[in-house]
Amino acid sequence: MEKIPILRMGSFLLVTIQVDLYDRLALNLESDLVQMVNKTSAKGVLIDISAVSIVDSFMGRIIGNIANMTRIMDAQTVVVGMQPAVAITLVELGLPLNGVRTALNVEKGMEYLHSMIPHEEEDETADDDSNTD
Amino acid sequence: MIVTLTKDEMTVFKEQDVILFRNRVKEFAVKIKMGLVNQTKLITAASELVRNMLIYAKGGKVLIEVVSRGRDNGVRLTFKDQGPGIKDINLAMKDGFTTGKSLGLGLPGAKRLANEFAIQSELGKGTTITIIKWANG
Amino acid sequence: MSPETSKILKKKKKQVLENWFNGQLANESLKEELVSNRDARSQSEELLEAVLQKLDAVANNITPDEDPAEELLETISLTRARNGYSPRETGVYIFSLKEALLKTLSDEVRDVKTLYEESLGISKQLDNIAITTFETFIKGREEVILRQTDEITEISTPVIRVWDGILALPIIGTLDSSRTQVVMENLLSQIVETGSSIAILDISGVPAVDSLVAQHLIKTVSATRLMGAECIISGIRPEIAQTVVHLGIDLSGIVTKSSLASALSYAFATLRLEVKKNTKEPKN
Repeated sequence: MEKIPILRMGSFLLVTIQVDLYDRLALNLESDLVQMVNKTSAKGVLIDISAVSIVDSFMGRIIGNIANMTRIMDAQTVVVGMQPAVAITLVELGLPLNGVRTALNVEKGMEYLHSMIPHEEEDETADDDSNTD
Repeated sequence: MIVTLTKDEMTVFKEQDVILFRNRVKEFAVKIKMGLVNQTKLITAASELVRNMLIYAKGGKVLIEVVSRGRDNGVRLTFKDQGPGIKDINLAMKDGFTTGKSLGLGLPGAKRLANEFAIQSELGKGTTITIIKWANG
Repeated sequence: MSPETSKILKKKKKQVLENWFNGQLANESLKEELVSNRDARSQSEELLEAVLQKLDAVANNITPDEDPAEELLETISLTRARNGYSPRETGVYIFSLKEALLKTLSDEVRDVKTLYEESLGISKQLDNIAITTFETFIKGREEVILRQTDEITEISTPVIRVWDGILALPIIGTLDSSRTQVVMENLLSQIVETGSSIAILDISGVPAVDSLVAQHLIKTVSATRLMGAECIISGIRPEIAQTVVHLGIDLSGIVTKSSLASALSYAFATLRLEVKKNTKEPKN
């Protein structure tokens, strides 16, 4: 069964979505992510959708769910890399994506997360701990 | 007067069919040189409608056509199911209205994304939805 | 048209060609093309052959699968359109062929009634062919116009990197629905490409904004935000401000500045950049 890989980057988690999300895959992602946040006490989650060319309301709901779930577990979610065509379509579709913060790319997303988290230890940046466990 | 140039019919009854369907729609759109933004709008609208069909009618058929009206080329999608039908179409077309767990954006959203939208439904018989997206729409 | 006529014309092909060349030489612009363009002669020959074949098919009631005459004509017509020839000149080219055919026929057919009937038949076919050339010609010119429109649109929406992370898009001229779409797509893709977090859309060069355009501008700002960047609209003229309020358009969620300069100032502040005057004396 396919699983979407979740990478650990310091006290953040990075999820890169590169395939079409269907029901089971999406539900697995939600539960895997929540488990990982718990296990690693992650403070932030980055969802990279730069390879996603279609975001419909189903996908929007999943992203919203992930943002809510992680917030309950005291982690912030940032969606990065939205393609222009997707942004234009979402505006037309009327997808609210409320409470979901976005950033242009992973780098800016991490900057934002760092700024949101009050005490960030210097040695917990991506350089030394960017591998999955 | 709208003329059909090519067509293909697909049945969608499970999740995996959705992906095949979306790819097929993209093929047709690319063939008539539809720009990226319009492609995205078309496939997103198609995705909304086909998911609706799966959720509420347990599946159905979709007719994918390349049509032309005068100088314009476009893609026409006709979603036909034999599900329960829609009781109040006007209500269904309002943003946020849903009888399921979704965001309630499927029908009105698809209408906004497409250039032309038509819907017919009969309780107990089924629903037919047709949308057209012109290549330069 | 009768098969006999077709046979006659085929037999007298050389004569027809001769007549046609003379006809072309008698016309100033056609003469120039015939004389200067080396391929003009062989092109005419090829076309005549194709037309004769077409006439033959019509005379014998055959419907061929392809129409080499039409394809050839399309090519000739399109080339002439792209090279700036007038439709009249292209039409005259075909009509001079018609004249040549009729002249040759009149030299060969004695019976007046037959000559009249056959001439009508040939006329009808050639007129049809002439109409095709006109249609193709117009299509060719339209393609040129479309291409130029695209080029103009591209030139008139420059994207300027005014600072690291700040883009400015000064829009000049009327904004219609399709142009606003192009601007929107351009803006968004530039934001991605340059990794800019702020884009300033300056509309001081736009004379009027209707509600459709205003909607598009609002959508542009929303799309920019969705991607994680910010869009500021500057240069709103007083007339536009008035129109917007009268139309009941809600711009409250959008940052609007009266000038590009103040928008830039705002952008610097957002990025926590300060512009300070250098208090040290420059060393001479």
